[in-house]
Amino acid sequence: MIRIVLPYHLRMLADVGGEVMLAVEGRATQRTILDALEARYPMLRGTIRDHVTRQRRPMLRFFACAEDLSYEPPDSPLPDAVASGAEAFWVVGAIAGG
Amino acid sequence: MSGVRVLVGTRKGAFVLTSDGKRERWDVSGPHFGGWEIYHLKGSPVDPNRLYASQSSGWFGQLIQRSDDGGKTWAPVGNKFVYDGVPGTHQWYDGTPHPWEFKRVWHLEPSLTDPDAVYAGVEDAALFRSTDGGQTWQELSGLRGHGSGSRWAPGAGGMCLHTILLDPSDPGRIFIAISAAGAFRTDDAGKSWRPINRGLKSQHIPDPYAEVGHCVHRIAMHRSRPGVLFMQKHWDVMRSDDAGDSWQEVSGNLPTDFGFVIDVHAHEPETVYVVPIKSDSEHYPPEGKLRVYRSRTGGQEWEALANGLPQRDCYVNVLRDAMAVDSLDACGVYFGTTGGQVYASADAGDSWAPIVRDLPAVVSVEVQTLP
Repeated sequence: MIRIVLPYHLRMLADVGGEVMLAVEGRATQRTILDALEARYPMLRGTIRDHVTRQRRPMLRFFACAEDLSYEPPDSPLPDAVASGAEAFWVVGAIAGG
Repeated sequence: MSGVRVLVGTRKGAFVLTSDGKRERWDVSGPHFGGWEIYHLKGSPVDPNRLYASQSSGWFGQLIQRSDDGGKTWAPVGNKFVYDGVPGTHQWYDGTPHPWEFKRVWHLEPSLTDPDAVYAGVEDAALFRSTDGGQTWQELSGLRGHGSGSRWAPGAGGMCLHTILLDPSDPGRIFIAISAAGAFRTDDAGKSWRPINRGLKSQHIPDPYAEVGHCVHRIAMHRSRPGVLFMQKHWDVMRSDDAGDSWQEVSGNLPTDFGFVIDVHAHEPETVYVVPIKSDSEHYPPEGKLRVYRSRTGGQEWEALANGLPQRDCYVNVLRDAMAVDSLDACGVYFGTTGGQVYASADAGDSWAPIVRDLPAVVSVEVQTLP
């Protein structure tokens, strides 16, 4: 199972308490796990990735295993520890604004 | 007993304020969607329990929420706003071409006849419509594509389509306004549009009388007389008696004719309200005194309404979508401030009292008159 940690506002929107646990078919990549996340929680569509370009929204970052994966290609394999569920994939909002 | 429901959008959530017809005691519900910017929420005139809300954030983009029980519970609906075809460019602040980019929904206008139909005015300026309760959205691209779109430019708040007026006497006629492009009208339900800015004068653009480029802040109409429009422009309060074909200035004796809001009394089509703001460089009331101005003559002659409003050290703003009237007798008038106050008058503006004092900055105020 893939573990995903969402920022507070998206947890509230999706009505999930803590981590999201997802089964992902095939290789775990940013694209496959976010596709799976949006399929299970359709209200998250457009909030992490742009509806049309599918690009990460500018004020969000993707972290895992103490690494910033935000600029990794969306189809690159995620670290084994994320694919195995040992480590979570974090969607993080920029610390900015009022 | 009849009552009112005031829908308040703020920088940090939505609030629903309810009262009976006396409008003296209020229940406050919220924040709904705490921490999110709620640019606007509005109820269907056909089904008052059907509400739509625009929820947005710089981090997470745009959401649309819908309630079917008067704001007690909400559910997200569709949030996919995609421009029709190749979006093209408009002018940027420096006059260079800038690609059209969707940013947020500024205003939601439910249909006068169908609770599942609703219009959305968005930034960068365009008009969208949903006919399935907000699940899917289609652009009425005749507006952006009518010919002048490449010359539109953003106002200080962005290039927003902020006003949508549906003509109750003609289902094909819609008025919209864009900062800073001006006012536009369709007579065929959104297929084709034309600018309706003749008579506007704006010194901040190269040709002060240009067909487009005017920073219109708000337009209002009385539903019994939809051919008469009132406008608060960046500077100048204007009036049209021919559905926007021409405009005349009616600022008259206002202390300043800069401002954002304008609205019309529910039962007196010649009674108009504005909140004068000192200037485009100083977005607060003149002399630190918060005053609504009322004209009972359709403009030109204005009286200050200050009873119950702060008359010293007040430096709030009242944003363009933050005034509304109910249809009780006497007409109630409501407005919200960037200081978080929502003021109400149950006597058409003669006296005022705050419903709430300490909300986040108020972006929009709408009111529903309930049976």
